[in-house]
Amino acid sequence: MEKLLLLGAEAIAQGAIDGGMSGVYAYPGTPSTEITEYVQHNKIALERKLHSQWSANEKTAMEAGLGMSYAGKRAMVCMKHVGLNVAADAFINSAITGVNGGLIVAVADDPSMHSSQNEQDSRFFGKFAMIPIFEPASQQEAYDMTYEAFELSEKLKIPIMMRITTRLAHSRAGIETRPLKQENKLKYPEDPVQFVLLPSNARKRYKGLLGLQSLMEQEADRSSFNTYYPARNKSLGIIACGIAFNYLMENYPERKFPHPVLQLGQYPLPFSKVEKIVNECEQVLVLEDGYPLVEEMLKGYLDKNSKIKGRLDGTIPRDGELNPDIVAKALGKEVKFGMKVPDIVANRPPELCAGCSHRDIYNALNETMKEFGKQKVFSDIGCYTLGALPPWNSINSCVDMGASITMAKGAADAGVHPAIAVIGDSTFTHSGMTALLDCVYENTPVTVIISDNGTTGMTGGQASHATGRLEEICIGLGVKPEHVRVLTPLPKYHDEMVNVLREEMLYEGVSVVIPRRECIQTLARSKKDVKVKVEEVVK
Amino acid sequence: MKSDIILSGVGGQGILSIAAVVGMAALENHLYLKQAEVHGMSQRGGAVQSHLRISEREIASDLIPEGRADIIISVEPMESLRYLPWLSESGWLVTNTTPFVNITDYPDMKELLAEIEKLPHHIAINADDIARQVKSPRSSNMVMLGAASPFLDIPYQSLENGIKKIFERKGEKIVQLNIDALKAGRDFSEVHKKL
Repeated sequence: MEKLLLLGAEAIAQGAIDGGMSGVYAYPGTPSTEITEYVQHNKIALERKLHSQWSANEKTAMEAGLGMSYAGKRAMVCMKHVGLNVAADAFINSAITGVNGGLIVAVADDPSMHSSQNEQDSRFFGKFAMIPIFEPASQQEAYDMTYEAFELSEKLKIPIMMRITTRLAHSRAGIETRPLKQENKLKYPEDPVQFVLLPSNARKRYKGLLGLQSLMEQEADRSSFNTYYPARNKSLGIIACGIAFNYLMENYPERKFPHPVLQLGQYPLPFSKVEKIVNECEQVLVLEDGYPLVEEMLKGYLDKNSKIKGRLDGTIPRDGELNPDIVAKALGKEVKFGMKVPDIVANRPPELCAGCSHRDIYNALNETMKEFGKQKVFSDIGCYTLGALPPWNSINSCVDMGASITMAKGAADAGVHPAIAVIGDSTFTHSGMTALLDCVYENTPVTVIISDNGTTGMTGGQASHATGRLEEICIGLGVKPEHVRVLTPLPKYHDEMVNVLREEMLYEGVSVVIPRRECIQTLARSKKDVKVKVEEVVK
Repeated sequence: MKSDIILSGVGGQGILSIAAVVGMAALENHLYLKQAEVHGMSQRGGAVQSHLRISEREIASDLIPEGRADIIISVEPMESLRYLPWLSESGWLVTNTTPFVNITDYPDMKELLAEIEKLPHHIAINADDIARQVKSPRSSNMVMLGAASPFLDIPYQSLENGIKKIFERKGEKIVQLNIDALKAGRDFSEVHKKL
């Protein structure tokens, strides 16, 4: 059978398509974006007209996914780890409502923060919601687990979390696919109040969820994704979660493990397998890419001299992603060292692209702020966050999606004037609109710069819900039309931009300044597409 | 056989096109492959690398352990040195000598080339110049792959086939330009690796 060469993220998408999914709901976020993009371009998905349009944010995505499940069809919701914070209300409660059609929540964590503001571990959220979690070690497992997760979800009537980390999401390998399943037909829940979480009903549903826990544990104990490798030398046992198993294998080629190994890919913890390895080994090393979740569970709070080794006792660094060398050191194996990096090699941090519109607005903003003073600019999550670095040093915050506007509001309430927010168009429609409404409600003096490049830039140029409707949204929320100012961010309009910014900063109310020019990356791509099309026509 | 390859460059230079061609070639030869890429923030003009592993046997880690890479292929000279901790004692460093200067403290070119010259096994090639010479100025990445090809356990013909598959959508002319670039890089290394 011919293999497909897929990223881990794409393997999840292919597994969901083949597993009979009817729709995916997501907001872009590294390293999860490629799951949804794959569905958007997949031939079968297009033929079947599977839903794959972007959602406004992770919460709306989670709710829409739950709605599709309510209607009896199989749905998947995708996000990065911090996106799950946004979706948390719907996510936690989806475990109480349960599902009708199978529902998968695919979350991609980013240990070492390659492209994120923290490295939180989504398995804690899965455990918190008390639902099963799949954590693949390989692209093939990512495919197989997703393919099977719909069945388990419908069997238990509970959503299933697929948890991966950056390294698997963005690593490519060959995978073998399985037969394409039919989509579910539209079918209403058997119980008409299953999804009604009125307290009286929610209490019943919650007891039901608690009652399911032992069944979930049995499933995990039986699961082929939780494999016990027996071995003679029981001075050590090793529990390897998800991708950590690969780093373990790297140190013991051909899976010739000298010590007992439990490969963990399905949660809740498989009790009898975990009990076995802890009982029969003198010490147990826990390898997990993320927070020490399993380690903490096994170790307990008071036991400081525990036989459990891992991130908490310093055997493994407390933070950052795992790699084969870290695992080798933890196993007491010799680690090779290559050559030193020569001193002349300079740091090369990411930067705004040449010709990017954010550059022009930051140049204008910096000049305006010379008149108003320092440390008054709150910003947000996106390419423009790079405005925190030299040569701009323009912004003083980057916390979470939408926080720029609301932090500026709080600072204005405290007496900071002018209080300025810099946010992108897509981030604004993700989580900035309610923040702006808070400002309008109190007529707080804030100047909100929505730097509109017509796309979700940092994740590679996905469609933005804001495109073509930003002014209407702001005016609709109650910003006075004369204080919604649209600019063209180009060097030749520098003076005009400075003038408008100054006017709005002096205004004692809510103003929105919209510098609008297409992202240089999407522009280059669309020009290339046009060129290719022209060449095709000529041929 | 196995080849552990580090690809390096600056975000936007398109190192993944090299990985894509090698990936196709590996598939043609029924080899296992794992290729860890960098997406997201670093793609905006920052340092980027990709770990590419090819083997007859099942590959464990998506990341290459330190000191184990058989080759570093870099489309930018300073970036080639950033990953030296991964290169094995017998490994080759194959780098483009055309700098990509987007930082103010970029090192002096002479010192940079001297650091590269210190390595026992290296190929320093002006891939941009060679790409222009073969009238394929946008194919410097394929020049680099060609320059690295004598050190990869992959038949040269498979790399050509990989180019055909990756670029076929763009027409025969583009395919041929990229194959010419690959060949020019290969020829350069065949001469210089013996020196």
